[in-house]
Amino acid sequence: MTGPTLYALTGAALVGIGFFGLISAQHLLRRVVAFNLIGSGLFVFLGAAGARSGASDPIPQALIITGIVVALSASALAIGLVVAHARASGRPTLPEEDGEA
Amino acid sequence: MTLVLDLTLCALILAVALATVLGGGVFRAIVFFIVYGLLLSVAWVRLDAVDVALAEAAIGAGLTGVLFLSAFGKLSRIGAEAEPPAAGIRALLPAALACAGLTGALAWAWFALPVPERPAPDLATALPRAGIENPVTAVLLNFRAWDTLLESIVLLAALIGVWMLARDEDWHDRFGLPQHVRPGGVMANFGRLLPPVGVLVGVYLVYVGADRPGGAFQGGTVLAAVGLVAALAGLLRPPRVTQIVWRMGLVAGPLVFLIAGIVGAILGAGFLTLPEPIAGSAIFVIEIALVASIAVTLAFLVIGPPEQGHRE
Amino acid sequence: MSALVAVLVAPLIGALSAVALPGRSGRIAAWVAIVTTLAAAVALAASVISQGMPRLAVGSWEPPVGIVLEADGLSIAMIVMTALVMTAAALTARHMLAGDTKGPRIAFGFWPLMLLLWAALNAVFLSRDLFNLYVGIELLSLAAIGLVAIEGKPEALAAAIRYMIFALAGSLLYLAGVVLVYGAHGALDIGVLVGREPAETDGLALALMTVGLMSKTALFPFHVWLPPAHGGAPAPASAMLSALVPKASYVILLRLWFDVMPDQATDAALTLVATFGAAAVLWGSLAALVQSRVKLIVAYSTVAQIGYLFLVFPLAGGGSEDQPWAAGAWNGAVFLALSHGLAKAAMFLAVGQWMKVRGSDCLDEMEGLATAMPMTAFAFALSSITIVGLPPSGGFTAKYLVMTSAFAAGQWVWALVMACGGLLAAAYLYRPMAMVFRRADLSAFRLPSRAQQAVPLALAGAAIILGIASSGPFETLAIGRPQTAEAGL
Repeated sequence: MTGPTLYALTGAALVGIGFFGLISAQHLLRRVVAFNLIGSGLFVFLGAAGARSGASDPIPQALIITGIVVALSASALAIGLVVAHARASGRPTLPEEDGEA
Repeated sequence: MTLVLDLTLCALILAVALATVLGGGVFRAIVFFIVYGLLLSVAWVRLDAVDVALAEAAIGAGLTGVLFLSAFGKLSRIGAEAEPPAAGIRALLPAALACAGLTGALAWAWFALPVPERPAPDLATALPRAGIENPVTAVLLNFRAWDTLLESIVLLAALIGVWMLARDEDWHDRFGLPQHVRPGGVMANFGRLLPPVGVLVGVYLVYVGADRPGGAFQGGTVLAAVGLVAALAGLLRPPRVTQIVWRMGLVAGPLVFLIAGIVGAILGAGFLTLPEPIAGSAIFVIEIALVASIAVTLAFLVIGPPEQGHRE
Repeated sequence: MSALVAVLVAPLIGALSAVALPGRSGRIAAWVAIVTTLAAAVALAASVISQGMPRLAVGSWEPPVGIVLEADGLSIAMIVMTALVMTAAALTARHMLAGDTKGPRIAFGFWPLMLLLWAALNAVFLSRDLFNLYVGIELLSLAAIGLVAIEGKPEALAAAIRYMIFALAGSLLYLAGVVLVYGAHGALDIGVLVGREPAETDGLALALMTVGLMSKTALFPFHVWLPPAHGGAPAPASAMLSALVPKASYVILLRLWFDVMPDQATDAALTLVATFGAAAVLWGSLAALVQSRVKLIVAYSTVAQIGYLFLVFPLAGGGSEDQPWAAGAWNGAVFLALSHGLAKAAMFLAVGQWMKVRGSDCLDEMEGLATAMPMTAFAFALSSITIVGLPPSGGFTAKYLVMTSAFAAGQWVWALVMACGGLLAAAYLYRPMAMVFRRADLSAFRLPSRAQQAVPLALAGAAIILGIASSGPFETLAIGRPQTAEAGL
């Protein structure tokens, strides 16, 4: 097994682990952590794809850096929302999913 | 030998990621996440992507980690840090299977992916005309400058969103919760020592970004960290929304970037076109402005909305 | 500087100025940007119609190295509709969200967020690069989430968090597809990808991107976040969120299925997508029927209307692609997106004014508003005509096109769903209308000015005009379409 393949499979596993965390976590802060795992897993997969041909491709690297900054922006807003929501409601979780009421 | 190293690293990354998701307690999940980010930046070095490694360490592990820790602190103060009991294994089985399916699909895709000939030949002709040596910086600030410009604005959008979470009665207060630092304590001394070193590191990262790994986002993060440490040590008081100088600092980078793009369009070269002879210096000017704005925006994102009037 | 560049940079510079400049001057800068962007949108449409599609390789770098922006008929139709809705929302917000009524926080934050939202929409409608589209929809989502949370009430915060979870999960699934596309083809540009050699992984990439974008468009079963988010925001924000934001991810879906990867659009996949659409039409309409708050009725109506947009997938793609009815279905879908945008924004702006007068949007509080504010009631009625799909509205033209295509294709099921949806819409919109037209004395209340009341009426009127003068928009939509779609009807 070559290096890029190993990292690509790790990335694929991280995406699955992250999505499981996003679905299973009750505490909202933990969901935001899980969201970051998914993103970084995808980036590792993309980085591995860019490293396949030996000479490393700078475009995926640039996309990943952009992606990391975008993920940070989204995390920051999400974290802010979680804190504001917990202060307003006293709970770090969403009310029961009764969107249809 | 290198394969053993890669195998160990990947196993560690996966173990820490699993611990982040499955381990007990939110605080532990955050600590595991920071460790995860640091391991990941080692993985980026192994994948020959040092620019990404720096970004992952500074932004992914560092700054995101600080954001989580500070949020955890705020939640603890109101008693909202504890986790409610998780759903039973049986209830989560479908989700686990779906996630395993997603991983399986991506793993299958890896072996089915053809190796494209693009974009190597096109890059080979474009890179010498980019005006800078570091190919990643060339892609970020020249070839895909539109992405990078939008990305710097995404950061600003997040900050405006975070500010909107302030309570109306706090709007004119200083950002963040008040800090109390013991004079002569570790934090106070650390805070005096670190800033000069940090500023040097940040400026260095931006400066070498032109031809070696580094760049505006990595350097800006280090500078933001310096500002945060100085604020924690009580050397800098967090500003208020109403202080126009800081708001101008927030927009300076994207604005200089946009104006450079528009000047190109008006002079007939094209939107965001940097003519080859001046590309290097234009990128340098844009980077300096971007770094300043990124540093201020990131620091403000971490401190959070104005709330110094309220002590909890 | 071309109008193509202006529709992108004008709202961005406006947003930056609104952040940097203090108080009044920040607001003036925002208004300069609003007027400039509106003018640039019209100028762009005029130049596309008279001179053909402008194409801009940003930074003069051609793909696969650089990013291309291009304005086709679909782009300018969405950009002009967006400009109209944005301007109307801004005119309403000027009074409704002023500092003396809503406090300095909202008076400061609304303007940069709305301009960033506008810039992101225009960027998505023009971009031809799959990763650049990702950055665009992230900017769109963050600005939209800020607007959902801006009211600051606990319900608004919970709605914003739920929205954020769906939006972020959706973006990541889209990004996963983009990663596979780049891994297989080494390119992100739609123009380059059209001529690609299909790879085995393309089907998975399209599936991931589609599920992600469905989640962002709030298509059933990913719709649960939409009603509380759109129902809880201030009315001008609701208008933008409901009329415009889902259209961005929808336009990307249209481009993916009909331009980038038509070869991957199997009949089974297309039918599956349309089945979700049909479920959305029925579920959204039934849910709208039992709501007791007018804003929630209007928000659930959006869930249903989004469903219609997906019924055309099996009619315009896959085996139908080369059939004579494909163009009618495709045009019908875009027409539906346009007329829904105008009518839904008009509804939210009218309801917002009612809410401001009565302090609540409960159905029971709506009595007498037609007498007190006739123009807003008329605007709501005209919008209802479009939403139900009665002639001579744009909604009628759209549904007529899709239904005739469905019959021509022998897929009458989709036509049946549309008919049911129309009847249900008439039922759920009758309830607020009946209350509004009931007599009651509201002379004690302070009413908005006539100019304010005229804003939603203008939008609702535009949705009707779209139906009466539909031939111009038709020819415009054909600009840049593949040959098959230019025939039709």
